[in-house]
Amino acid sequence: MSRARSSPWRSVAAHAALITYTAIALFPVIVIVINSFKTRQAIFRSPLSLPDAETFSLVGYQTVMTQGDFFLYFQNSLIVTVASLFFVLLFGAMAAFALAEYRFRGNPLMGLYLALGIMIPIRLGTVAILQLMVASGLVNTLTALILVYTAQGLPLAVFILSEFMKQVSEDLKNAGRIDGLSEYRIFFRLVLPLVRPAMATVGVFTMIPIWNDLWFPLILAPAEATKTITLGAQIFLGQFVTNWNAVLSALSLAILPVLILYLIFSRQLIRGITAGAVK
Amino acid sequence: MGSLTLENIEKSFGATEVLKGIDLAVNDGEFVIFVGPSGCGKSTLLRIIAGLEDATSGKVLIDGQAVDTVPPAKRGIAMVFQSYALYPHLNVRDNMGLGLKQAGRPREEIKARVATASKMLGLDDYLERRPAELSGGQRQRVAIGRAIVRNPKLFLFDEPLSNLDAALRVNTRLEIAKLHRELKATMIYVTHDQVEAMTLADRIVILNAGRIEQIGTPMELYNRPANLFVAGFIGSPKMNLIEAEKLGKNGAKTLGVRPEHVTVDPNSGDWKSTVLHVEHLGADTILYLDTEQAGLITARLFGEHQFAPDDKLFATPQHERIYRFDANGDVIA
Repeated sequence: MSRARSSPWRSVAAHAALITYTAIALFPVIVIVINSFKTRQAIFRSPLSLPDAETFSLVGYQTVMTQGDFFLYFQNSLIVTVASLFFVLLFGAMAAFALAEYRFRGNPLMGLYLALGIMIPIRLGTVAILQLMVASGLVNTLTALILVYTAQGLPLAVFILSEFMKQVSEDLKNAGRIDGLSEYRIFFRLVLPLVRPAMATVGVFTMIPIWNDLWFPLILAPAEATKTITLGAQIFLGQFVTNWNAVLSALSLAILPVLILYLIFSRQLIRGITAGAVK
Repeated sequence: MGSLTLENIEKSFGATEVLKGIDLAVNDGEFVIFVGPSGCGKSTLLRIIAGLEDATSGKVLIDGQAVDTVPPAKRGIAMVFQSYALYPHLNVRDNMGLGLKQAGRPREEIKARVATASKMLGLDDYLERRPAELSGGQRQRVAIGRAIVRNPKLFLFDEPLSNLDAALRVNTRLEIAKLHRELKATMIYVTHDQVEAMTLADRIVILNAGRIEQIGTPMELYNRPANLFVAGFIGSPKMNLIEAEKLGKNGAKTLGVRPEHVTVDPNSGDWKSTVLHVEHLGADTILYLDTEQAGLITARLFGEHQFAPDDKLFATPQHERIYRFDANGDVIA
């Protein structure tokens, strides 16, 4: 690593800026987590203090575990997120490969069409999507959510991945063709491993909005059996009374799986970056 | 086995014509080099022969068989790329054996062929390494090994030495020449470096702007260039090209004389000149001269000579080695 231009001053300034940003970004998360371990009175009396012997309480978590089927909600959220992520990465990468690799009539138009979804929010089409799901009998199924999220994630995935795939060595793909590899083998064995850092980036950007989404679960799959975690947490938010302990506990728990998924992807990200640097 | 025939190959990308009718016959066992400035279409032509690109029109025949609809893997060719293009996830052994494995050859045969190739190229110690653990020269040897293992009718080289440093380039060049002698295989080689072309080729094909300018052995091209382009392209330093009008000569538009065919003398000669710059290369001394009659010219003297900028001297071209070109740039016999 180059140390030529790093003075202590610059280093302190950079760290100060980064630490400030981290504090701002983490503040709401920390408030949620510490308050989830406090009694209701303590939450309102001093929301910023840490739980002590007097105010410590697990009542929120107890409510979450007993009321409603939170493990099922978790499971639903995980299934929807992982399945959507899988399809977005698979189909996104395939479409990106085709756009980057093959010359065919209308290639740029097709690329533009696929990228258009980045600019137009999918929620504008909610009514039509709902009608479609009712007509095809997919209301209150996880399939409905997976389909919608796959569609939602594809534009950005295609856009980012096709840029990266254009950078994969032309010679390498041609060497594969001369050695008799099929286009599928070239895609899966030669190209995909080389764009892994880009896949991780796309994965993270796709996963988080899906996990956090409340809109489509509420509209397409509000049944008890298909509730996702964000929708499940809503039962504690009443019009007149809100069970804050339970809401905060549910949200704290909801952070965990997404954190784990993120860690998996971010390791790939870091590995990709360092692999490029030492080459 | 291993002849190649190109019949009127044309290629255009949209409205841009890259190749404008290429006809060529390469005999079995010949080493043919395509050379030309960048953008002349030489790499595109190689990719058409390999089947990585489709010709807009025209025919490619390998061993007399039209292969225009045959996929690259079935054409009996092997290709060595400028960027090596080794599979990053496979070790050297598997890199070399993949083509045969895909073709469904028995494991024993693959093993034997990889062993032969690795021995030929001195890669025995590296067979278990990944490409990332090899130096540039070793990687290029693996890429050449991968081509040898396939035992192709036709070897295709796409600027294989461009990514190597100067010393390694000379070594690898020798190795390729040796390889050609040992394998007696037909080789097609693309480069923009005329030194590589002159040193390796049986025949050189000079391409410019999608057309063949001249085909011939290195010495034919050097001694009998067909036109101004070939005359300027072959030979280093470049041939001096002088407008005939300046010298008051008739019957030609341009006169050409190679720097090594110009002699200098401090006292008498054809062209009175001033030394602008001197390059001492040990074996050669290269003089850049400003002559009163012929303008700026280059002279190449063998051995060491002491000249300094602003020295006055006389330059004389060897009259029997002056080339004459007409207004179209074609040589006048």
